[in-house]
Amino acid sequence: MTPLIEAEGLTKHFGLGRNQTVHAVDDVSLHIDQREIVGLVGESGSGKSTFGKTLLGLLDKTAGQVKYQGETLPQSYGPGDFQRHARTMQMIFQDPYSSLNPRMTVGEIVGEGLRLHTSLSGREVRDRVGDWLERVGLNAAHMARYPHEFSGGQRQRIGIARALIMSPEFVVCDEPISALDVSVQAQVVNLLGELKESMGLTMLFIAHDLSMVRYVSDRMAVMYLGSLIELGVSNNVFFHPKHPYTQMLVGSNPEPDPATERGRGRTAIRGEIPSPVNIQPGCRFANRCPKVMDVCRGTTPELKSVADPEGKEPDRLIACHLY
Amino acid sequence: MNAVTDRFAPVLLDVQDLEVEFDTYGGTVHAVRGVSFEVHAGKTLAIVGESGCGKSVTVQSIMGLIPSPPGRIVGGTAKLRGKEIIDGVTTDGEIVRGSQIGMIFQDPMTSLNPTMTIGDQIAETLQVHRGFSHSQALRLAVELLEMTRINEPSRRARQYPFEFSGGMLQRSMIAMAIACGPSILIADEPTTALDVTIQSQILDLLRDLQRENNMAIILITHDLGVVARMADEVAVMYAGEFLETGTADDIFYSSAHPYTVGLRAAMPTNRDESEQDLMPIDGSPPDLFAPPPGCAYFARCPHAMEACRNDPPPGFAVGSGHMTRCWLHHADCSRRIDDLHYAAAAPLEGRDA
Repeated sequence: MTPLIEAEGLTKHFGLGRNQTVHAVDDVSLHIDQREIVGLVGESGSGKSTFGKTLLGLLDKTAGQVKYQGETLPQSYGPGDFQRHARTMQMIFQDPYSSLNPRMTVGEIVGEGLRLHTSLSGREVRDRVGDWLERVGLNAAHMARYPHEFSGGQRQRIGIARALIMSPEFVVCDEPISALDVSVQAQVVNLLGELKESMGLTMLFIAHDLSMVRYVSDRMAVMYLGSLIELGVSNNVFFHPKHPYTQMLVGSNPEPDPATERGRGRTAIRGEIPSPVNIQPGCRFANRCPKVMDVCRGTTPELKSVADPEGKEPDRLIACHLY
Repeated sequence: MNAVTDRFAPVLLDVQDLEVEFDTYGGTVHAVRGVSFEVHAGKTLAIVGESGCGKSVTVQSIMGLIPSPPGRIVGGTAKLRGKEIIDGVTTDGEIVRGSQIGMIFQDPMTSLNPTMTIGDQIAETLQVHRGFSHSQALRLAVELLEMTRINEPSRRARQYPFEFSGGMLQRSMIAMAIACGPSILIADEPTTALDVTIQSQILDLLRDLQRENNMAIILITHDLGVVARMADEVAVMYAGEFLETGTADDIFYSSAHPYTVGLRAAMPTNRDESEQDLMPIDGSPPDLFAPPPGCAYFARCPHAMEACRNDPPPGFAVGSGHMTRCWLHHADCSRRIDDLHYAAAAPLEGRDA
């Protein structure tokens, strides 16, 4: 089966001048199948959001390519490309406060895509906007209101309606719940789950909450300093992490259970994510890794399939010299 | 560790019936509505709740950080070792804020002065509260940075906030807060802006400092994972009230209030690979311009009864040191507490969630 979307060696660098380059995303290859949800986790600065934006063409690619249903997408998007792809690919943003234009009504915000990309009449657009507002748990009468009149959870629903009203096939959700309260997070996650089922959506779910990503996604991808270091079935990656970084990430994920937390040792992870400027060859995690070897400092480990003795997990990919 | 709360640890801070209001154009917001709690030496009290429930206002009023106007403390007492301290000053005129009670905030980037070096900012605390000379204070500031595990502290002390990462800024905030050796540290969402790995390091640091100095911590958070990790005692706050208080084990393993149960069901747990469904809490918290006459959680509670509509539930003791404000615990209530976790939502007319 051809994957719906496929990144091959996707790279995004930002030049800072004076021969300084930020390696935001470096040589990341990842495919997402039809109706699959892939969760992308990592610390801030690991390049998760940049990867999502580059995948959608919101940022130009430095190298590598993205294939959508087998078709290679342009390296740099022009207006026509956005016109064409806005109908199939959409994004839900992290911050429900800054991602809605405060001077537009909710009806204008949610209907803008339809007005720009379809030939629907004003009345049809209004009807669809009303439908969608109700589908995400708001009210058609909210159309005339402005974003400031809504709570964070309601705004996130507006952002979801804006993305999904275009009936996209692929959606990048960039930390869609991290700005929300616990009780509201569950509302939004369940809503996304229902819409995924009813619309047959394929999603890249970017988040730093490991428990939520495990809950939401089929496969989990772990990024560190611009590179993909582990990829596999969510439950396997979470419960049996193999890369030392993933092990530490899972090890510092707080559990809402005092007994588990009491049994937890001290944080194993030391130091902080280094600067992504002018990265040297070698494993990017080497300076924080407790299992570092000589080879790690000179040779960049490749993301490769790890032979599983029982053959249970053919899909697990790890970039680490230990394996 | 935080296995059993030592109820005999001395009470440092005793807050009773605290009420705080804010005057706004839209009317008066009743932000904190009769909150009482005790803080014990060397222990951690976690106040957990969603945004807008009044948890920050509660501690800010103890610290005298409520801007007035528009804010007003309209009732209640806060006693530090028996001395009244509302407004951050004891009855004897001694300034408590920053010396006996230290505080760290959610966003270390905006809480620090961008035009002063980190060392000078820490030193300022010591100069103001302890009357140290600048050079004396600066020397101690470097030691404090070292205590909070910042590498190369003397070089770092000469740097500005923009040269620090988020985790290091929070360490510097902690250094500043513990500079005068406070007996209580208030941590208002100290790790919310940080990655889980850095969060874990900061929580370890707070634990270590607590143990070394027998310091009490009031931890404000919305993250039940952080509560489980840090808290000896927990207060669950909602719409300006404490709906349930008890030890961490009471709150997590014998939750007695439907809101606490709801919060736990809304979060994924990782006890095994099975997928439990997340149960969101429908609706949103009540409008604190006009707080509901009965139970604050009435509109969203799946177990709401007629009694809950107009009669505010008193605190019911459900165990030693475990209190909850819920009519389900009244002796005459026919519903059993064990049903809490399973009972289907009972429809009740006339609720607008």
